Amino acid sequence: MKTDVLIIGAGGAGLTAALAAKDSGVEVCVITKEYPSRSQTCMAQGGMNAALGNVSPDSIDDHIQNTLKSAHGEANEDAVHYMCSEAPNAVKWLDEIGVCFSRTPDGKIAQRKLGGASAPRACYAQDYTGLKILHTLYERCLKKDVEMLSDRYLLDLLTKEDGSVCGALILNIRSGELEHHFAKSVVLASGGYSRIYDKYSTNSTASTGDGIAAASRVGAKLLGMEFVQFHPTGLKNSSILISESARGEGGYLLNSKGERFVNELAPRDEVSRAINEQILAGEEIFLDIRHLGEAFIDENLPQERKLAVLYENVDPVKDLIPIKAVAHYTMGGIEVDNKSQTSVNGLFACGECANHKVHGANRLGGNSLLEIVVFGREAGKSAANYTFCDEKCQNDFALKKVPNFLEASKEFTKEIDFYEKREYVGELFYKKVGIIRKESELMEAQKEIRLLKEKLPQMGVQDSFKVFNTNLVEFIEFRNILDVCEAVVESALARKESCGAHFMVEE
Amino acid sequence: MKISIKRASGFVEYDVDLLNATLLEALSSIKTTQDNSLAFSSGCRSSVCGSCSMRVNEKEVLACAYKVQEGDVVEPLKNVAVIRDLVVNMDKALETNKRARTWLQTYKKEVKLTDEDEKTNALQSDCILCGSCYSACPVYAVNEEFLGPFALTGVWKYMSDKREGSPEEKIDTIQTNGVWDCTLCNECTLVCPQSISSKADIEKLRMRSTMAGHTDPSFSQNFGSGFDSGFGYDGSPVF
Repeated sequence: MKTDVLIIGAGGAGLTAALAAKDSGVEVCVITKEYPSRSQTCMAQGGMNAALGNVSPDSIDDHIQNTLKSAHGEANEDAVHYMCSEAPNAVKWLDEIGVCFSRTPDGKIAQRKLGGASAPRACYAQDYTGLKILHTLYERCLKKDVEMLSDRYLLDLLTKEDGSVCGALILNIRSGELEHHFAKSVVLASGGYSRIYDKYSTNSTASTGDGIAAASRVGAKLLGMEFVQFHPTGLKNSSILISESARGEGGYLLNSKGERFVNELAPRDEVSRAINEQILAGEEIFLDIRHLGEAFIDENLPQERKLAVLYENVDPVKDLIPIKAVAHYTMGGIEVDNKSQTSVNGLFACGECANHKVHGANRLGGNSLLEIVVFGREAGKSAANYTFCDEKCQNDFALKKVPNFLEASKEFTKEIDFYEKREYVGELFYKKVGIIRKESELMEAQKEIRLLKEKLPQMGVQDSFKVFNTNLVEFIEFRNILDVCEAVVESALARKESCGAHFMVEE
Repeated sequence: MKISIKRASGFVEYDVDLLNATLLEALSSIKTTQDNSLAFSSGCRSSVCGSCSMRVNEKEVLACAYKVQEGDVVEPLKNVAVIRDLVVNMDKALETNKRARTWLQTYKKEVKLTDEDEKTNALQSDCILCGSCYSACPVYAVNEEFLGPFALTGVWKYMSDKREGSPEEKIDTIQTNGVWDCTLCNECTLVCPQSISSKADIEKLRMRSTMAGHTDPSFSQNFGSGFDSGFGYDGSPVF
């Protein structure tokens, strides 16, 4: 299979990139391991930042300053400046293609205040902002005749002898066959890696860092992998997200004694650490929204009520909601420049798998939906431009032969159950590479991960059926999880001082 | 508790040792601890990605939003091709979106939406494309060319949006295998996890179709072209 620009991942970033590349006049193909409407983007609730000042005065400069402050010196000012300046255009574009943003009575796009913002800046669509943006982008792709292939899983990037990327080796999950997808340039938009924390994550089970692992295997530089955002309010048993809006609307955090112990609207990392500290001291932690009243809860937090009843058997109208802080967003990723170019020729990246240096050490709520649109477009344009300008990508696709993990894994001995190990890695990382970190524990985690990597050949796939073998897909995901874990713990060890979400304590 | 899951070989019974769990948690537990070969789709676990739609005791549910019960019988969605176990191929159903042109055709620049306008199609834009409605639809069951519930809801979403500059263009695309083929049985409404009523949206689309000069072709068939219905026996306009 051949195309000009191959896009891997069909979330908000991938679809925006696809539309931008298509508009540049090149052939585009989007592949996803799920369906285009099922990516992590659909879970974003809070909103998308743009200093429109629709509700109260705001400025692009304030947006920049808030973002830089949250980034703790780890962001690139030019990139942040570009993203925040482009934000009003990005929202305008989404409105023009039909996103159903919530409105003010006087006909402007409604905005609400999220943590760390100096003004109500997040444009939202009830509590389904991500879902509505994602579906509108999908429908726009239908309109523009963008080719989208579902149930296709990235195994590895294909490279030429000179090291540049010229496509991807894809597992067609439906047929079980391998497919070589050749392209003049490739955009990774494959999402973050919060699922390395397994059940200690709010994320979709698909957020396993596949693109990051594959990029790193062909030599792409990663950046800021130690920066993982923990969300203060995951449900205690399932880690399902209870939106920040529950606290924004006036919810309290209580310990077992019924005491409040932190300013609920402080930055996410601070609140998460306070919760973690209480839990380590033997307290149980609860979110309390009872005082908001049933009518208010049903009008403003309906999803939260539904999820608490379903997963914790508590009704937030009359009960406390048991919570814990869990992995929610990964700031680190494939290092890219302002044009979304990675350190490998022909390879571009955008969305949560990329590090555009706009979130730094801690992401501000409402900036991720913004990032996927602003830099998704950039990545799509750059990847298309590369196909016009770069002579090298016009040559034949003379592949560099590399060993194929799928073939190799057929010889694996299956003595060790990788599902058990996947859960173990989640526990290990939550405890030792989590909300607070100690050098000695990071080293222990590093040792464990290296050991597990060595033991991969003793694991393997039990299911031998070719068609839709999710056992196989999950095993390859686990391989990626281990690669990403190694990168995370390595970066964490390299950064001795606390910075944003990376919080080191003395031994 | 024992639950029964339809697989290629027939129904297979599994014993799950979980209390108060969702069906998705039960399936994950079976997959990781009892039978690695069980195939199903899942994603967000919080009813917004639409991946884990399936049927329990002959009713469409999202596995992540359904509390599993003793004796439950679990099957894949109907009216879509089963790829393996509980995994279905949604491509054909999703193609109906393209045929129905569920997108904003022309942006009307001068329109200003208010908070009241926003409510017009807030519900329709909650759709997660899980496909439950296609599984429950008796018309789609016998006619794959039928545009189907979520696609028609998608059409109404854009037709009712004041920003759409050419709503009437959409009308033409939903006359054949579209609004008039629906039997208004309401099954789609009953199974929708987002409480959307495609049936109600189809009724509104019928009204708009009539206003645009279209007629129910079955009406003209029943009464023949002798009546001034505007349509011949084959549904084509007569003049």
